[in-house]
Amino acid sequence: MSTERLEVRKTFKLLINGAFPRSESGRTYEVTAASGTFLANVAQASRKDVRDAVVAARAAQASWWSQSAYHRGQVIYRLAEMAESRRDELAEHVALSEGLRARASQLSVARAIDRVVWYAGWSDKIAQVFGGANPVAGPYFNFSLPVPSGVVGVIADQDSSLEAFVDAVCAPIAAGNAVVVLASEQRPTPAVLLGEMTATSDVPSGVLNILTGRTGELAPTLCAHEDVDGVDLSGVNEAFADELALLAAGSIKRVLRPGRGDASLARLRAFLETSTVWHTIGQ
Amino acid sequence: MAPTSAPTSSAATDVSDDLTQSRLGAMTYDPAPESAAIVTFRDAYGLFIDGRFTDPSSHDSFATINPATETVLARVALASASDVDVAVKAARRAYETTWSKLSGAQRAKYLYRIARLIQERSRELAVAETLDNGKPIRESRDVDVPLAAAHFFYYAGWADKLEFAGYGAKPTALGVAGQIIPWNFPLLMAAWKLAPALAAGNTCVLKPAETTPLTALLLAEILQQADLPPGVVNIITGDGTTGSALVDHPGVDKIAFTGSTEVGRLIQERVAASHKGLTLELGGKGANIVFEDAPVDEMIEGIIDGIFFNQGHVCCAGSRLLVQESIADDVLRRLVRRVDQLRVGDPLDKNTDVGAINSAAQLARINELAAYGEHEGATRYTSTCVLPDKGYWFAPTVFADVAQSHRIAREEIFGPVLSVLTFRTPDEAVAKANNTKYGLACGVWSEKGSRTLWVAQRLRAGVIWANTYNRFDPTSPFGGVRESGFGREGGRHGLEAYLDVH
Repeated sequence: MSTERLEVRKTFKLLINGAFPRSESGRTYEVTAASGTFLANVAQASRKDVRDAVVAARAAQASWWSQSAYHRGQVIYRLAEMAESRRDELAEHVALSEGLRARASQLSVARAIDRVVWYAGWSDKIAQVFGGANPVAGPYFNFSLPVPSGVVGVIADQDSSLEAFVDAVCAPIAAGNAVVVLASEQRPTPAVLLGEMTATSDVPSGVLNILTGRTGELAPTLCAHEDVDGVDLSGVNEAFADELALLAAGSIKRVLRPGRGDASLARLRAFLETSTVWHTIGQ
Repeated sequence: MAPTSAPTSSAATDVSDDLTQSRLGAMTYDPAPESAAIVTFRDAYGLFIDGRFTDPSSHDSFATINPATETVLARVALASASDVDVAVKAARRAYETTWSKLSGAQRAKYLYRIARLIQERSRELAVAETLDNGKPIRESRDVDVPLAAAHFFYYAGWADKLEFAGYGAKPTALGVAGQIIPWNFPLLMAAWKLAPALAAGNTCVLKPAETTPLTALLLAEILQQADLPPGVVNIITGDGTTGSALVDHPGVDKIAFTGSTEVGRLIQERVAASHKGLTLELGGKGANIVFEDAPVDEMIEGIIDGIFFNQGHVCCAGSRLLVQESIADDVLRRLVRRVDQLRVGDPLDKNTDVGAINSAAQLARINELAAYGEHEGATRYTSTCVLPDKGYWFAPTVFADVAQSHRIAREEIFGPVLSVLTFRTPDEAVAKANNTKYGLACGVWSEKGSRTLWVAQRLRAGVIWANTYNRFDPTSPFGGVRESGFGREGGRHGLEAYLDVH
């Protein structure tokens, strides 16, 4: 009998409203490493889980946006701090998921964490970069402010398990939105790990909700949901994006298409609205 | 009206006291009509394609009428799908051979010319707009036409400064823009669409509304006078099938649509599987929120302007009045009295406040929803004004005792009908204002700036007017959130819709 300690394995669960439930359906699916070996039994979210996540996101968004931009920036920065201390764990899962060598996965994680820091800095710059005063012809003080669209549904990239995921969720969150994201179907564990880190980084419950499961089953529900304001389809192949964009049109959602989301500025802009306030000037 | 000076406990049901005392109700006005002879329409207009008026391939045409008199003003061509194809190809040719080769400074000069020509012909354009649309000459003269010129003037200046607009160091045009505009501000909407598109370097195919094509066709003449290169702007008149063909045309790089949410949804679905850019400026159910400390006279005028401006044919109309309970009776009393004083009638009369409803179809829709208002239990006050015999008319109407579930509180009426609801706290005002699928515009009336900004922060709307309503300016971004659409028109933000922004 071996005296070597038996490792404690982790159950990979969903992140909905700050809690880590299994799917309400009780379903799981097997995720394998790029090498084909067993990696984890991951929760297989249902359409009901999608709807629950949207409810949580809607409830969380107003208070997230009502925080000061400085505060939101610190919370996102805190997420980078948490990720930094668990870099090795993230790198291990990126390596397994994407089939990368150790060095390449460490670099990928480093880039991902640096992206989180980059977005943290954006939260209190957005209003100045995208907003401003408008010199209208009349006795009015008129200014335009960028405000979040509200609840954003993200279909994460299927290949890049962490880097693209960070881009897709941090941009809308930095802009003041709440997010419901479907992680990569076959490579979900790095996203789940990052989700766990939000619990110790003061990201308020419901601001980031992470679902794992069958993209083909869940994405249509997320994109057709009438209380979702925008969807990021940049991680989806063209044909599926066409299908999902059609569903999104039902409630006039903002849609970020594949190929248009590479640049971070476009991502930041995608789920921002411009709110223009006119106020009379007088004695 | 019963002449009485005694205060009444149910102020809302007897509003005649102040009115009678002031004798305002007895005042009459001599007619002060602007001359319809200022504008001469041709008997028939062709399609403006590649710099000249051409006959449509099928030789189909339809009449456009004066909604105030139901007389025919002119016949205009009905563009078919093959006409749309010719127009799009002309725009593509112009984009590739001419417009994209010009410097920004040269594009700017053409836009400045257009702005000046609109100013020069403003009286003619105003009369034409009033004849074709039914809106009061006071509005077409003071709002529509000057703002149309201002939009061209404003965006002219952007054409050679795009690298400073915040969309990258070398922002480029999208190509051919297909633009579909509504009938409520025909010339102004054409300017809102064309000016930023041309400044950004695109060429355009513009489809005016079926019932109001004439000022766009006068604008085509202005483009000729400006020597704008052929094909840079093509104006194709027609109906829904024309717009549909434009949306579906594979040679169009971008669709910009202003109109109803229903049609906007169809358009978004139709372009979902394409790479066409899309901006939508759709319907609204704007809330005008009145707090008890609001400046009374300005507020009453603002409410009136918010809903009766342009017969309420305004996507951002303040069609829901949310008034604080403590002053609700007084506001309603003043409002009903003011509504009774609105001068309704000949749109060409310079004293007219409320003109004709744009079409029989729109009048039917307003009648249907107003009837529903009564059916669902709201209390109706309708102006006692005398309506002309001919034409399409709807007397200004206020509904009190409206519940949030009523159709008149939920659906866009797009007519001179105001629904009055009440609230007690700022939180409740915000909740009720946001209780809609739309999010275009809201008003806030209060002398307390901190509360106004608190409310403004929480309203889900693209435009918020504080102690004013229905103000527009080329420098000020306009557009909605939620099902009121996406994209902005006006200001630096308005360029984004026509630039290849990554």
